[in-house]
Amino acid sequence: MTMPFYVSPEQLMKDRADFARKGIARGRSVVVLVYDDGILFATENPSRALHKISEIYDRIAFAAVGKYNEFENLRVAGVRYADLRGYSYDRTDVTARGLANAYAQTLGTVFTTESKPLEVELVVAEVGATPADDQIYRLSYDGSVADEHGFVVMGGRAEQLHERLAGAWSEGMTLPQVLGVAVRTLGSVGADGALATEGAEREIAPTGLEVAVLDRHRDRRAFRRLHGPALAGLLDQHDE
Amino acid sequence: MTGSADTSGRLPDAFLRPGSSSFVDFLAAHSPDLLPGRRPASGSPAGAGDPLAPHATTIVALTFGTDGADGEAGRGVVMAGDRRATMGNLIASREMEKVFAADAYSAVGIAGSAGIAVELVRLFQLELEHYEKIEGSLLSLDGKANRLSTMIRQNLPLAMQGLAVVPLFGGYDLDRRAGRIFSYDVTGGRYEEHDYHSVGSGSVFARGALKKLWRPGLDADGAIATAVEALYDAADDDSATGGPDTVRQVWPVVVTVTAGGVQHAPDDQLAEMVEAIVAERRTAHVAAHGDRPAARRRTGREQGGAHA
Repeated sequence: MTMPFYVSPEQLMKDRADFARKGIARGRSVVVLVYDDGILFATENPSRALHKISEIYDRIAFAAVGKYNEFENLRVAGVRYADLRGYSYDRTDVTARGLANAYAQTLGTVFTTESKPLEVELVVAEVGATPADDQIYRLSYDGSVADEHGFVVMGGRAEQLHERLAGAWSEGMTLPQVLGVAVRTLGSVGADGALATEGAEREIAPTGLEVAVLDRHRDRRAFRRLHGPALAGLLDQHDE
Repeated sequence: MTGSADTSGRLPDAFLRPGSSSFVDFLAAHSPDLLPGRRPASGSPAGAGDPLAPHATTIVALTFGTDGADGEAGRGVVMAGDRRATMGNLIASREMEKVFAADAYSAVGIAGSAGIAVELVRLFQLELEHYEKIEGSLLSLDGKANRLSTMIRQNLPLAMQGLAVVPLFGGYDLDRRAGRIFSYDVTGGRYEEHDYHSVGSGSVFARGALKKLWRPGLDADGAIATAVEALYDAADDDSATGGPDTVRQVWPVVVTVTAGGVQHAPDDQLAEMVEAIVAERRTAHVAAHGDRPAARRRTGREQGGAHA
């Protein structure tokens, strides 16, 4: 009989975390930025069907990086959670905080009890009446939750991109301004994964972008995708 | 898990199970007690006219627009409903809304047991939105009409006990580029109607009016005026249908569905149309009877078997 092989809990958790982190860092980044009239989500995604950014509820949106099948499953669960809660109580009783908690519990349980952690990182954002009321939660593979303010970067090169955004983003920016910042940040990671120097970022065509906003001035459903001529127009506005 | 909105722990497995894009199917599997038709309905099978629950009445819908030069912006559906809910021979509500936007390109009106009907509409709206969010695309108009049919069918046990709901569904078909109307029976049967249709207690009178007033090539405003006049005629002859209330300024709810989405007709426009109809009817009455009440000569005499 072979001796059971002892692995310390520290080592076990570390291995799992490394595994998840590696999977997440492989993908392209998603950036989330607050602007004067709402919250902007942007990522580089040539597919028009496989979304990384989606609507969850009236004022709540979801963005994810990592393995598609895993975060898609969580997204659908989130839509079901929100719709069920809104149906049994009221539409105003569906909050990003509640959803973030449910996701955190799910991610945390999978991380500790199942053989493989979920290789995903999520943002759950809720747009408020003013920028001060916006809520942005960032959830990691292990179930940890961070309450973010202003902007979030997830995915490959997240730390370096975070630094760039910290320099470029400021409160009260307009939609074309934050869109410009977002696209420049996404373009600073080259096709080979290397970081470009500031000012030498890659150009990303509008067709290669997935962009959506939570517009705080829209009635009821605040989520709106930006693509085609509308997106190109906004990008041009920034360049001028 | 029966605590359907329990949020304490992780998401239940049912939430994470890959499957249908239908919210109703999800509810049926996860918390069937929340579905209107699944509740155990106890008590004796009551006949029609059960006076315990409010009853909602007449809905009319008509298509408008032509294939002419106007293009797709000029085509669509108008749906309108009166505002009265009755409970036996009492008026339960004067301000009830029975016509709702189902999603961006369709509207649903309800006649029948008010409480269940409103719940059904809420579920139907959610069903369409849920599908849209999960699939990332809209259901076809036929798909929406069929979903509504399934939901009505599930309500059959309650319908047999006198709590029937009969909706009228209308929308703009993005593929055919025209407005379409669907009617239903209590068993979930779905029938496509052409040009115009009405449901509810005053529907016979409303349909008579629509038959004379509807013509091909109506524009949106003409269709709204036609719908308001049909409801006026229904209210004239059916006690359960409310006419326009000029004292409280309560007008019918009228929605227009076109390629541009669902729009509620503004109160000023409705007030103006109601005024025009009332003025026209008064002129016709004066022309026929002179400026005096129609029944003055019969005062004090027996008036058949009518209750007064």
